[in-house]
Amino acid sequence: MKPTISAKERMQIARQVMPEQGAHQRSGNFKEVNLGFSEQLALLEAQRCIQCKDAKCIKGCPVMVNIPRFIKFITEGDLPSAAKSLLGDNALPCISGRVCPQEVQCEGLCIRGVKGQPVAIGYLERFVADWALNCGVAETETPTPSGKKVAVIGAGPAGLTAAGELVKSGHDVTIYEALHKPGGVLVYGIPEFRLPKKIVASEVDRLTKAGVKIECNVVIGRTYTIPELRERFDAIFIANGAGLPVFMNVPGENFKGVYAANEYLTRVNLMEAYDTANATTPVLIGKRVAVVGGGNVAMDAVRTAKRLGAEKAMIVYRRTKEEMPARVEEVHHAEHEGVDFQLLVAPLEVIGDDKRWVTGLKCNRMELGEPDASGRRRPQVIPESEFVLDCDVVVVAIGTKANPLLTATCPDLKLNKWGNIEVDENGMTSIPGVFAGGDIVRGAATVILAMGDGKNSAKAINNYLKTT
Amino acid sequence: MGLALPPLPKSHYRCFAAGVALLVPTHFMHTILAKKQLSPNVTRLDLLAPRIAEIKQPGQFVMVRACEGAERIPLTIADSDPIQGTIALVIQAVGKATRELVALEVCDAIRDVSGPLGHPTELISSGRALCIGGGVGTAVVHPIAKALHARGVHVTSVIGGRSKEWVIFEEELRKCGDVIVCTDDGSYGRKGFVTDAAKDVLEAGGIDIVYVVGPVPMMRACANLTRPFNIHTIVSLNPVMIDGTGMCGGCRVAVGGETKFACVDGPEFDGHKVDFDLLADRLQTYREFEQRANACADGKCNIRR
Repeated sequence: MKPTISAKERMQIARQVMPEQGAHQRSGNFKEVNLGFSEQLALLEAQRCIQCKDAKCIKGCPVMVNIPRFIKFITEGDLPSAAKSLLGDNALPCISGRVCPQEVQCEGLCIRGVKGQPVAIGYLERFVADWALNCGVAETETPTPSGKKVAVIGAGPAGLTAAGELVKSGHDVTIYEALHKPGGVLVYGIPEFRLPKKIVASEVDRLTKAGVKIECNVVIGRTYTIPELRERFDAIFIANGAGLPVFMNVPGENFKGVYAANEYLTRVNLMEAYDTANATTPVLIGKRVAVVGGGNVAMDAVRTAKRLGAEKAMIVYRRTKEEMPARVEEVHHAEHEGVDFQLLVAPLEVIGDDKRWVTGLKCNRMELGEPDASGRRRPQVIPESEFVLDCDVVVVAIGTKANPLLTATCPDLKLNKWGNIEVDENGMTSIPGVFAGGDIVRGAATVILAMGDGKNSAKAINNYLKTT
Repeated sequence: MGLALPPLPKSHYRCFAAGVALLVPTHFMHTILAKKQLSPNVTRLDLLAPRIAEIKQPGQFVMVRACEGAERIPLTIADSDPIQGTIALVIQAVGKATRELVALEVCDAIRDVSGPLGHPTELISSGRALCIGGGVGTAVVHPIAKALHARGVHVTSVIGGRSKEWVIFEEELRKCGDVIVCTDDGSYGRKGFVTDAAKDVLEAGGIDIVYVVGPVPMMRACANLTRPFNIHTIVSLNPVMIDGTGMCGGCRVAVGGETKFACVDGPEFDGHKVDFDLLADRLQTYREFEQRANACADGKCNIRR
C-alpha cells in the first residue's frame, strides 16, 4: 500500500487522542488507563509524520529508535516491518511506549510540535509493540554463539534491555534478580493501571525465548559477590537499581501509617495488595492519603491510594505544577481522577494520636524564590504559615539513594560521594569488564534512561568482549 | 565429601543431597528434606538451599515465600549443613504466611528462598558469652552459640518457654556449652523468666558479651538487665519486612536515635540503644489484618493441589 496523501493533507490531520477509561470509572479500578490506538487511529497519526531527513526525534531518544522508519511502515500498512524495525532498536517497546516522558524526549523535538502538536510517537510505539506482542512477531534469527558469558545484575529496565541486546550478539546471558519476579521497578513500582504486569511478563518472556536465563532470588552482594561472578563470567553489567528510600527526616516519621513510596507500591504491585479480597500482603487503606513529592513515583502512589478507596488522595509538593518532574500525562490523569494538589506546601512533622497512628501532616506554605542549581525556582518558607493537613496515611516519595549491598562487597568498585557507581563514557566501572547503568549509576532517573544505559553498555560490552 | 563430580564448574551443582549432584534451577530447588514439630506451634523445616548453606553466617536470615501469591517473610537461619546443602528454618505458626509454611510436608518445595541476608553476628573470639533465647528466638540463638563455641568461647545459654513442651533447641545448645532452662510454670528446669536466671549468671561475673533473641518485651527486659552491668548486649530484631534488601524501608527501627533498616543495617543491634517501644508499636501495624486473615485463611494456599 502506498501513501496517497499530499503534504498539505498531512499537515491538516490533528493529533489523535488516546482512548482512555473514563476518569470516574478508572479511579475505582486498577485496569490500564490508556486503551491504545486502533489501527485506524494509528494510521491517521502516522500520516502526520513528515519523515524529516535529519530526524530530531531520534536524537531525543535515549535508545535511538529510528522513529520515522517504523512510522513509515505504519503508513504503508506494513506492521510486520514496523515491528521488526522497532524491536531491532528497542528491546522493550511495550514498556517504553507506556512510561517514557516523550514530551521531553522524541516528541519534545518533533518538528510538528513547533507549530502545533508533535506526532504522538509514544502512542505509535505502543501500538506497534502491542501489535507485535499479540501477533507473536519475534526475531527469528538465532545468532551464532560467541562463547562468551555475561552476567547481568538486576532484571529491571536497564538489565532486561542489556540482556536483550547481548543475547542478540550470541552471548550466554544470565540475569540475577534479587526479588522473586523479574521486572524490577516495572513490577514493584509502576502500577498495573499504567503498565499492566502481563505486558512486563510478555516482554520478559520474549527475552527468555531468545535465550536469556533469569535466576530470581539471587541477591548479588549476599548470595554471590561481584568478585565471585567475575571468575565465572567474561563480563558483568550491574543494574541493581537505586535501592534505599529517602525519608523526610521530620519528627513522627516512624508512626504507623507512614510509608516510603517503595514500600507502599511494592505491597500493592509486586505483592498484589490491590486485590484487596484475596491479598495475603496487607496495605493500610487510608481515608485521607497524603503523598509527599512531585515525581512519577508520587503520581503512581497517589493514584494508587485513590483506587484503593481513599476519599481524599493528595499530592503534597513544595513547588508548583510547572516544576513537577512527573510526566505531564500522569499529572493530567491524576487531576482528572480527582487527586487534590497541595502545592507550595512543605511537610514539617507527622502528627500522630496517642497510639502513634498518623492523624495529620504539619506543613509550611511556601513561595518560589530565585532559581537554584537545578534551574527551578527555589521554594522558600512563608513565615508563620504553619497548618495541619488531616490524613491517616502518609507516603513519602522524595527519592532514593544507592543501596550498599552490592558495592560493600566489592571494594574495588569506585563510587561517587553518594555511593553511586562511577563509570566511564562506555559505562565501564573501575573494574575492567564490569559495566554499570541505570539508577545505581544515575541516582533516581527514569525507565527509559535506564534502558538507554542498558543498550549502550551492551554495545560497550560487545566491543570489550571482542578485545578479550 | 567423597563425590566424584563430572568436570563442570562447581557452581553448576545446586544439590548435593544423598550423594547425587543434580542440576536444578535455583528457584525450584528448595525441597523440604525433613520436618519436625519442636513445640505445640513451632516447626523445624530442613530444606535444600545449597548456596545459602555454603556461605551463611550466624545471625543471617532468608526471605521466604511459601507458594505463588504468598507473603514474603524473613526467617533467621537456625542451622545449616553445607555438605547436605540444607538450611534449617524454625517457624512459629502465628499468621497466614507461617501457617502456610508449616503446612508443607517433606518433598514439597518452598517457592522462594533468597539470602543469606543481613549482617553476620558480631562474634567474640575468646572469653565468656551469655546467650539468651526466648520461645522461637532460641532457634536464632543456636547458630550464634554454635559459632562462639567453635571459636573457643565459653557459652552459657539461658532458654525459656511457657512450660516444658515449649522449650526448644535444648539438646543442640548443650553441645555448645552450659544450658539453663526456665519455664514460666516450673514444669521443667527453673521456674520463672529467663531474666531471673540471666541475672544470676551476670551476678556470678565473668560474662563478656550477651546475645538475646526472643519476643520484644523479653529483649527489652534483658537489655535493661545488662545495662547496669555495662556488658555489650546484642539483640536480633524482627520488624515487618517485604524485600529484605533495603528497598522498602518498612523495617525501619530507631537505634541510638537514628533510623536504621533492620534488613541491611541489622538485623542485630546494640540492645542498649534500640528503641523497643517503637519496634513493638510498629509490629502492631497490621494486627487487625492478621486477625482477619487468621480467621479465614485456612487451606487457601494452592501449593498442595
